[in-house]
Amino acid sequence: MVNITIDGKNFLAEEGKNLMQVAKENDIFIPSLCYYEHIEPPLGTCRVCICKINGRFGPACTEKVKEGLTVEVNNPELKDTRKALVEMTFAEGNHLCPACVKSGNCDLQHMGYELGISSTRFQHLFKDRTIDYKANRIVMEHNRCIKCLRCVVEVVTDDGKKVFTYQNRGFETYVGVDYEQEAKLTEEQAVNAMKICPTGAIMLRGVSIPEPFGHRKFDMESVQKNYNDETIKPNGPTAITKKRIATISLAGCFGCHMSMLDIDLGLLDLIELVSFDKSPLTDKKNFTERCDLGIIEGGCCNDENVETLKKFRENCDVLIALGECSVWGGLPTLRNSIPLSECLDEAYLNCVTNEPANNIVPYHEDLPKILDRVYACNEIVKIDYYIPGCPPDAGIIWKSVKNILWGEKNPILYSEFKYD
Amino acid sequence: MTNGIEKKFKEPDQTQMLNRLWELQKSNGYIHDDNIKELANAFNVSEVEVEGVISFYHFFQRNPTGKYTIYLNNSIIADIKGFERIKETLERETGATFGTIDRTGTFGLFLTPCIGLSDHEPSALINFYPFINLNTSKVKDIIAKLKNGASAESICDAPADNIRYTPPGNKTVFFKKFTPGSVISKLVQATPLGIIEELKKSELAGRGGAYFPTWKKWNSAMVQPALPKFVVCNADEGEPGTFKDRVLMNREANSLIEGMIICGYTIGAEYGIIYLRGEYWWLKNKLDEAIKEYHSKGLLGEDCGNIKGFSFDIRIQMGAGSYVCGEETALLESLEGKRGEPRTKWFFPVEKGYLQLPTVINNVETFCAAAKIIEMGAEEYLKLGIPGSPGTKLISVSGDCQLPGIYEIEWGMTIEELLGLCKADDPYYIQVSGPSGECISINEKSRRMSMIDLPGQKDIRCGGSFMIFNKHRDILKILVNFSEFFKHESCGICTPCRAGNFIIQRKLDRLNNGFANETDLDEIKSWGTIMKNTSRCGLGKTAANSLIIAMDKFHDYFKTKLDKNYDGLNLKFDMDAATKDYEEYKI
Repeated sequence: MVNITIDGKNFLAEEGKNLMQVAKENDIFIPSLCYYEHIEPPLGTCRVCICKINGRFGPACTEKVKEGLTVEVNNPELKDTRKALVEMTFAEGNHLCPACVKSGNCDLQHMGYELGISSTRFQHLFKDRTIDYKANRIVMEHNRCIKCLRCVVEVVTDDGKKVFTYQNRGFETYVGVDYEQEAKLTEEQAVNAMKICPTGAIMLRGVSIPEPFGHRKFDMESVQKNYNDETIKPNGPTAITKKRIATISLAGCFGCHMSMLDIDLGLLDLIELVSFDKSPLTDKKNFTERCDLGIIEGGCCNDENVETLKKFRENCDVLIALGECSVWGGLPTLRNSIPLSECLDEAYLNCVTNEPANNIVPYHEDLPKILDRVYACNEIVKIDYYIPGCPPDAGIIWKSVKNILWGEKNPILYSEFKYD
Repeated sequence: MTNGIEKKFKEPDQTQMLNRLWELQKSNGYIHDDNIKELANAFNVSEVEVEGVISFYHFFQRNPTGKYTIYLNNSIIADIKGFERIKETLERETGATFGTIDRTGTFGLFLTPCIGLSDHEPSALINFYPFINLNTSKVKDIIAKLKNGASAESICDAPADNIRYTPPGNKTVFFKKFTPGSVISKLVQATPLGIIEELKKSELAGRGGAYFPTWKKWNSAMVQPALPKFVVCNADEGEPGTFKDRVLMNREANSLIEGMIICGYTIGAEYGIIYLRGEYWWLKNKLDEAIKEYHSKGLLGEDCGNIKGFSFDIRIQMGAGSYVCGEETALLESLEGKRGEPRTKWFFPVEKGYLQLPTVINNVETFCAAAKIIEMGAEEYLKLGIPGSPGTKLISVSGDCQLPGIYEIEWGMTIEELLGLCKADDPYYIQVSGPSGECISINEKSRRMSMIDLPGQKDIRCGGSFMIFNKHRDILKILVNFSEFFKHESCGICTPCRAGNFIIQRKLDRLNNGFANETDLDEIKSWGTIMKNTSRCGLGKTAANSLIIAMDKFHDYFKTKLDKNYDGLNLKFDMDAATKDYEEYKI
């Protein structure tokens, strides 16, 4: 046994043991996406477990414990760095939690929740990726792959051949599937491949997750003893005075507005505390006076969205991006890696429900112009706060608004913080 | 060392993967699906694994590359020396466009990062033979000759070594007349510990750029009980702007070989491997001949150099176009016939290196220096340079100067002195140690170059590349070129490097288009720092270095690139560009 120090506290640990393991045994949460205790040497690919080890930055997962080891886990810089790495993973892939079968059982999503990531600081890259259906049982969804290497190392046939291997390099890297070897996997091995995938990249035809959404592994409870969400930082209490709010749905589905109405009894308080200016709820088309708060649903897919968003910025003191589409683009960004002309062709000309001889793409000077891709709101104007979710839970909306407008501190529960 | 009874160690079949792929690439111009099946069977791996290896190295291609495969260098030095013009001329003359072959399948045009000929830019490789100092008429001439059936080999250039400077008074360490066997003859009386002692005294440190004390590395390998051990020479000189190892191998192959033999003798290794970058195919024959000569003189092989029981052999492994393979653990993976992905730091190569056996990896220059130090004695060597940083260093100078080439400087020389020697023309921005190194403003010309890296005394630790840019060069263009390079050369195994380089590049596009504001600059810095702190190997750790430093040193320049109307609330948005696709579609 050796003595080590983690965040100033002393621990006894078995020499040579993996630091991740030691931290876990002592109830210290170090996030990770690629660490698997039975894989040695450790993969060290996601870098999310970055700590300061004897004063130098290094991932916990590739560190063997030895006498005198000093580890820093939870200082502000490290917390932010780890958060950034998870955000980077989100920004690099095309992760659409509301449309993903793995939602609730996904390690990436889980880490997003645990670290309280409400938006990514990085602009999403929207790289064009495909879904590989060629194998017999396995479907490889390249949009969701985070290149953790787990499947590459872990999934082998009985005669020791790899089923998955990295292809290309750099920003073009992806995990290729060997169809011949895939066919040789036993049913159990194939199911295991799906199971060890931290996201929904490896799926099996005809196999789904038995638990319903909302009741899955990562839906209900945090693995941290002190889960606290840091996404909404109120400025401190202010006098409870009546505030003016404006809302809008840009390239969204109005689902977030519906969710706002779900605050039920809170609506009664709301009437006392706020009045609505420009909003679909009031049907006011223009701002009548300056507002304390603007709530934006949806991203920008046409020039009218951009103009409206700019008006909101002009007329509101604080802007909230409400819901996935507003935060980073959301579902409408499915078109972002496809040229606009192909999208229009598909929607208006080649669509199977089109009536024959009625194949035109609508164009009129009064119609908004469609942008080359869907833009997140923060690519156009400064956004002050983000509330994730598709739609966000009524609880998180109401608490956040109260936090922001009157500086009330309402802790947001792990179970309310969702991307789907 | 063996006792002669031990069976010869056999390297696993898969270590031959790159060689087999090269044979196919060179004979057919590409690697066919059927070949992949064959190789998968031969090496008993899945096909996707073979494909994974092929797609990692950019000289291995899955589509025909033409009878004459032309790789034009697109490094920043090539760019300032007229790359664009050469690119256009090549397309016009061959009828092919870059990235493809022409209709007849005669010519294939491809781009590649720095090919180690920065003192002869623009330059290209045709069927892996060098063609240098290209200009429009030369390109026309070359293509005409090739069309008439000439072989690339018969008309290629022989790049001059361009050794411009050695310390006066014949104090050169690297280029002194060297008699083959002169160092090996000393080994009869020397003990491994004695050699380590000598190297320790000389303070020789790894010249790949990390400056790890050579004696420490050799000593750690020496004390490993596992056998056999390996000596690997890193001749994957990929850092843009560097070409010193090219010159050393071209002129001083003997001292390289003897450096490796000394290392083998010291650590008790039987095998040496030179990992030569694919860009240097044209140097391979020369090295092979030198190795052959050593064999014939009994200086390699069983009981070599008349040392009873010491057997040492050297072979060359060709790389296949991958910058990251210069990282030592990535190089080991590549030697094993795999994708060149750097390993984690779970083991050091001296413990578990090539094939999980103790391995010393050193750069060409380090082995050459080790040989010369043993020849001249540490005492003599210490007389050169400055206290704390003895000896000399090879610098590859390129860019805006009249005399690009190799400068063997004594440690301690200032930037200003070197700029004077190479007749730099109005220097303004200097990139030392390549894109992963540091950028220097002309205001820092009095700084000196040495290995000293102490708190409070930080000299410039030049790894070998020294690129000079004058006032007329656009700094952002230089940095975008670097960023593009890292984005392509990242191995893709860790998130911060794979995604980070991509993300940073998007930011640079914003900056380049005049859309960025101060926040963007802060973000680039902060994100670059995250890459530095979290990446798996040196590539990701250093990729954003120059950018971060440049933003401080040339802040005024960056300010001119920013959106002047930024009010803190509205970001610049180009509506015309965003609606262009739609407007064009409607027509």
